[in-house]
Amino acid sequence: MCRLNSIENFTALQERLIAESHPDTPTIVIPAGTCGQASGALNLVLTAQHEILSRGLQNRIRLRVTGCHGFCEMEPSVLVEPKGTFYPKVDPAGMRRIIDALLRNDVVQDLLMADGSSGRNYENLGDLPFFRYQNRLLLSQNEKIDPLEITDYVKLGGYAAFVRLLEHNAPGEIIDELKQSGLRGRGGAGFSTGMKWDFLAREKNGKGKYLVCNADEGDPGAYMDRSILEGNPHSIIEGMLIGALATGADKGILYVRTEYPLAIKHLGTALTQARKFGLLGTNILNTGISFDISLIKGAGAFVCGEETALMRSIEGRMGEPRQRPPFPVQKGISSLPTLINNVETWANIPVIFRIGAREYASTGTGDTGTKIFSLVGKIKHTGLVEVPMGTPVRELIYTIGGGPSGKVGIKAVQTGGPSGGCIPAELFDIPISYEGLSRVGSIMGSGGMIVMDENTCMIDVARYFMKFLMDESCGACYVCRKGTQRMFELLDDIAAGKGSLEHLDLLEELSLTLKDASMCGLGQTAPNPVLSTLRYFRNEYLEHIEHKRCPAGVCKELISFSINELCTGCMACVKACPEGAITGEKKQRHSIDQDLCTRCGACRSVCRFDAVDVQ
Amino acid sequence: MVTITINGLEVSVEEGMTILEAARFFGFPIPTLCHHEGLSPYGACRLCVVEIGEEPRTKVVSSCTYPAENGLKVRTASERVLRARRMIIELLLASCPQSKIIQDLASAHGVSHQRFRQEYEDCIMCGLCVRMCSEQMVAKAIGFRGRGTNRSIGTPFDVQSDVCRLCGACMYICPACQLRCTFNEPEKAVCNACANFQPPCIEQDRFHDMMCYMDPCVACELAKTP
Ligand SMILES: Cc1cc2nc3c(=O)[nH]c(=O)nc-3n(C[C@H](O)[C@H](O)[C@H](O)COP(=O)(O)O)c2cc1C
Ligand code: SF4
Ligand code: SF4
Ligand code: SF4
Ligand code: SF4
Ligand code: SF4
Ligand code: FES
Repeated sequence: MCRLNSIENFTALQERLIAESHPDTPTIVIPAGTCGQASGALNLVLTAQHEILSRGLQNRIRLRVTGCHGFCEMEPSVLVEPKGTFYPKVDPAGMRRIIDALLRNDVVQDLLMADGSSGRNYENLGDLPFFRYQNRLLLSQNEKIDPLEITDYVKLGGYAAFVRLLEHNAPGEIIDELKQSGLRGRGGAGFSTGMKWDFLAREKNGKGKYLVCNADEGDPGAYMDRSILEGNPHSIIEGMLIGALATGADKGILYVRTEYPLAIKHLGTALTQARKFGLLGTNILNTGISFDISLIKGAGAFVCGEETALMRSIEGRMGEPRQRPPFPVQKGISSLPTLINNVETWANIPVIFRIGAREYASTGTGDTGTKIFSLVGKIKHTGLVEVPMGTPVRELIYTIGGGPSGKVGIKAVQTGGPSGGCIPAELFDIPISYEGLSRVGSIMGSGGMIVMDENTCMIDVARYFMKFLMDESCGACYVCRKGTQRMFELLDDIAAGKGSLEHLDLLEELSLTLKDASMCGLGQTAPNPVLSTLRYFRNEYLEHIEHKRCPAGVCKELISFSINELCTGCMACVKACPEGAITGEKKQRHSIDQDLCTRCGACRSVCRFDAVDVQ
Repeated sequence: MVTITINGLEVSVEEGMTILEAARFFGFPIPTLCHHEGLSPYGACRLCVVEIGEEPRTKVVSSCTYPAENGLKVRTASERVLRARRMIIELLLASCPQSKIIQDLASAHGVSHQRFRQEYEDCIMCGLCVRMCSEQMVAKAIGFRGRGTNRSIGTPFDVQSDVCRLCGACMYICPACQLRCTFNEPEKAVCNACANFQPPCIEQDRFHDMMCYMDPCVACELAKTP
């Protein structure tokens, strides 16, 4: 493919690609993002390639390897177009049967996903409750695109919005439309993206400006940015190109965490292809406008996601946050005005200009558009879920997520990553919007959602996050470095049954100081997990402190295991116990020697008769 | 020139000044640990925090790094500021009680005990030595390493530096080791000599730590005369 020399050339190419696309050709789609590859998707790809080639089916069946579709738990999965048949957890033998059936225009009934209640099978992706109640404005594109082929993206209407805006070249109008769309930053604080762009557009220095895509996704258990980077890299490039038009920026930077090698590879290929097409670089489509993007690998620290630390890291210095003001827009990378947006924010831009701000703003209540969440923890269906803003938490967890994975009920959900808070089950009717979440003491954050059930100890949760923050604090400011360490110590004491009521007072006092006196967002929000668990689960803290009991049966120092009369003497636990603490005759009730037991819980998880109690 | 209001007093200061510089210029005391004239501000100790903005949307920031901006309203000793400062001093006492400077800060702010697990660390990571070495001695022999609780100061790979001039400036400026507290009772964080020093200022509740900026304050002097 050679360089496109004009806007007309691009439009002609796009029209030709669409005309030649034949959407009715039977196509096997295999999601092979990092999650898919980990569960064996590449094996399926090989099998499919082998079948197609050895049987000479090249002209009858197409194969597309894409990024993640979101239902990570069911991977490796296969989607068959044009019908949209969804097969979960496919193995190579299943793959061959799917191809055979496809040639007969049939489906393999026993490989489909079963509906537990009605006994029927779900045939189409869109019928699955997991997908049916989502609004996959961004993620649905992943199914249609081979991330290594720019033509796939162009075929879907990609780059058309940018080229249209390039033709009119009216920066003010772009920013006005963006403001109308109501888009707010998806990286944490939820600042209006239109306003941010406006600030940058107003900075005039003649020496250049930077646009940055913050892809340092570091929240534990969150990977929505990764799925976009891997599955649809061109949407980010197009977003940044539109940003460049609107703000007059000439340099772009993709700051990607080192732990995302596949994303880095896909982005690198996408950048090369966009440059080859003449959509990126100097003199884009011969319009005289220039903008190029470089790829920088992150320094591997959570705090490098904070915008001032990120800029320092890009400059090659230690990733430590600094005082704002000056804000990045005033004084950013190499002292030039800099605008930083999150991956998902950038991915929303082309969609807004493709469908129009008004149409975009009609999705969602309270806030506009959709938000991707990574749903993990004690929930039946884990994966990436995209819902309109304003969807109640309950719908996300029960309708889409399918409710609790274990036998006990859901107690709370933690949103917003380490800076977020826990929302108790009583409040699950609140809408997922920036204000809705902050009213109950949590935040939208970047979209992590960890579901916890009755077997989760809230002190343990708070302690887990505090440990994370203590290790990830850059350590530059004293209150954050020492404050997180001290809060962790206090929580550790409480979990070990050494807590007193004074511990709670100290936790609260420390929380206020950290919030007030820390330099950056990490320290300022570090107390949130503690404050929100104290707010909604104070009783659990008091149980630990006053009665030395862990109601969820988690804190090792406060629990003991015993074997009840349901024991059949199967001896499974005897083999599982690493300490040799369990004794008993075959077919007789067993017992645990409390002095030897280290409360690891192995016996409880292997016992099939519910015979091991925890107290 | 920019106009800012410090504790209700409207003043004009030069553009580019920090809040700390402005406040000190007009005689409002703000305690600091990691600040030193002649070294670039770093914002590590957080002791210099002040409250800015107007109710109810006020914010606490470190005055040594925050620029004086036109129209800014600053309070150097509000309840919120003092609460944070006392907690910071308590944290400092809990980790580095042998420093005379920290003991003095504790007594000046009425912090008479600490409630955490006692530690004895040699360094509070204020970064004065690092900045001294690189900015005044232009040696860049030492720097920060690691993050969080693993942060430390030293030479790269702990090898004796060949750019160090053995000038001693880093030791001279260190608040943790330049003046050792005599420290009568090692098991207690606050040494007796300082802990009992509570200025009997009659106005103390009203002005909190503001009262002492006359140094020595009249009330204290009066209390001393028999
Ligand atoms: C400790 C810390 C970590 C952060 N990590 C990320 C991150 O991994 N990805 C991200 O997009 N934003 C992160 N942010 C938020 C960024 O500072 C910044 O607000 C965001 O990238 C702005 O983009 P937006 O306006 O599109 O949300 C982090 C903030 C803090 C304080
Ligand atoms: S708040 Fe924590 S992470 Fe942020 S600059 Fe201070 S020490 Fe570093
Ligand atoms: S595994 Fe359960 S049923 Fe079997 S011996 Fe152990 S406690 Fe008894
Ligand atoms: S909890 Fe662990 S150590 Fe204790 S009896 Fe069960 S398996 Fe053995
Ligand atoms: S003694 Fe060495 S390390 Fe210390 S300030 Fe002087 S040159 Fe730097
Ligand atoms: S050694 Fe002293 S001067 Fe250097 S950072 Fe530590 S406390 Fe500060
Ligand atoms: S003097 Fe300002 S933070 Fe230390």
